Amino acid sequence: MKGDTNEQALLKGLAHNDSKAVEIIYKDNFNMIQAFILNNNGSYDEARDIFQEAMIALYEKSQSDSFVLTCQIKTYLYSICRRLWLKRLQQMGRFTGSIDGFEETVAVEEDWENHEKRNAEFAIMDRALNSLGEPCKSLLQGYYLKKMDMNALAAEFGYTNANNAKNQKYKCLMRLKKLFFSQYNIGE
Amino acid sequence: MDDILLLDAIERYLSGEMSAEERSYFENLRKTTPEIDQMVVEHNMFLHQIADYAANIQIKQTLHEVHQHLLERGDLNEGGALSPKGKVIQFWNKYKRVTAIAASVGGVIALFISGLAMYFSTSVNDPKLEQLGKDLEVVKKNQQAQVNIINEVTSKIPTNARLLSGGSGFLVDPKGYIVTNAHILKGTGAIVVNSKGAEFKSSIVLIDHDKDLAILKINDEEYESVKSIPYSIQKSNSSLGEEIFTLGYPRNEIVYGMGYLSAKTGFNGDSLSYQIQISANPGNSGAPVFNKNGEVIGVLSTRQAQADGVAFAVKSKNIHSIIEDLKKSDTAFRKVKLPSKSSLKGVERKTQITKVEDCVFFVKAYTK
Repeated sequence: MKGDTNEQALLKGLAHNDSKAVEIIYKDNFNMIQAFILNNNGSYDEARDIFQEAMIALYEKSQSDSFVLTCQIKTYLYSICRRLWLKRLQQMGRFTGSIDGFEETVAVEEDWENHEKRNAEFAIMDRALNSLGEPCKSLLQGYYLKKMDMNALAAEFGYTNANNAKNQKYKCLMRLKKLFFSQYNIGE
Repeated sequence: MDDILLLDAIERYLSGEMSAEERSYFENLRKTTPEIDQMVVEHNMFLHQIADYAANIQIKQTLHEVHQHLLERGDLNEGGALSPKGKVIQFWNKYKRVTAIAASVGGVIALFISGLAMYFSTSVNDPKLEQLGKDLEVVKKNQQAQVNIINEVTSKIPTNARLLSGGSGFLVDPKGYIVTNAHILKGTGAIVVNSKGAEFKSSIVLIDHDKDLAILKINDEEYESVKSIPYSIQKSNSSLGEEIFTLGYPRNEIVYGMGYLSAKTGFNGDSLSYQIQISANPGNSGAPVFNKNGEVIGVLSTRQAQADGVAFAVKSKNIHSIIEDLKKSDTAFRKVKLPSKSSLKGVERKTQITKVEDCVFFVKAYTK
């Protein structure tokens, strides 16, 4: 079953981090997932974590150029959440052998593994960035995350000109790169 | 310093900021220098990592904001812990209009129905009506007043039983079938006392609260069947203005009263009964109402609270119908037969009373 045009539009919105689309998907699906988690030994906080994780997985999937969702958003999110919650329960030793839920599911293993891999990479990046120390961390965050322009960064960090700031940024970037790849390659 | 220049070149190359000339020079450099080519690939990948990392942080931020927003609007519920509004309040906000409409519709219907019920009901529970059964306290007082008599006669009331109410009743079959009002029989059983003060055990064989009639059967070895019942039970309706009299037990002693039939229907047009003008008191309930020929035309049952002398009697044809009910209920009652002929016609009132009084009983209801 191919998602209808409305769902396609929502997914397009999600891919561009459009908060309106995110809100609609959120509102339509959250309560179902929350009920599922609560019915299976989970808490409100855990329900929120699991649901947001599934939303991120869907977001990542929607980034790919070849992206086609072969089922409804609802089914996809539920499948991911179910898979994720099962794993959480096993990790916490709370798994009782069966999990209640009667929704249709689709195979999400591949997407799931992909998502896990991305999460691992983000964790490495996070650690690398945090071990850089200031002002490198803030400088790189300003440039790559907040997409600030070099002049603004120079002004904010007190460099005499944009060029100096840029040089400093490259130095920081090289350090970050080194840190990241040392971890990344171990991870491989 | 060279590394930085190279890095800058790679970034400009990857982001497409290079001029065509510079770009072709750089691409040439990539082809001839594998180290630089490797650096470009590696940096490209790294920049993607940073971009994805940034996007991941942003989508997380969006999700967090959306969650909070929906929570505040009440579209999500987290058990009230994080929500500024409680679950009940959200529910109330959502449904308060529906609730208000439902409540007012319900209120209107309730008022309407209770109005209808008030209008049509001829229930004896109406405050304007008084049942003429005597309650426990009245009987108690009488018992205390007449303590000597009670001591002389061993009561047939079972020990440990509690007297509840009293009234009157009258024979409709010589074998010991007595008609009385249903509202007198509040307890589990009854004894009947004749005009000479003799008590007999009896059982309730039929009770009809709609007609406010009941039938008792005397089950006592000491009871001697009367030879015949002097009065008949009228089947047809009586006429307005007909002279009537009654015998009953508002006291421990049989009391005579007389009056006339004042309306063909009872309280608020109740077609089951007559309105009669007679002096009636608690204890008169269940008493027979005779016409001057000695035919039973009704059973005295209630009186109007705020009108002196206005009483109501259940029409005698209802006795016929409950006797039919009784016959149908058990084959043992098949032989019950209502007296069909009055021997009191044209007889002086005093003689009528003497003949009738043996058939009128004081009914005492008790509970164990």
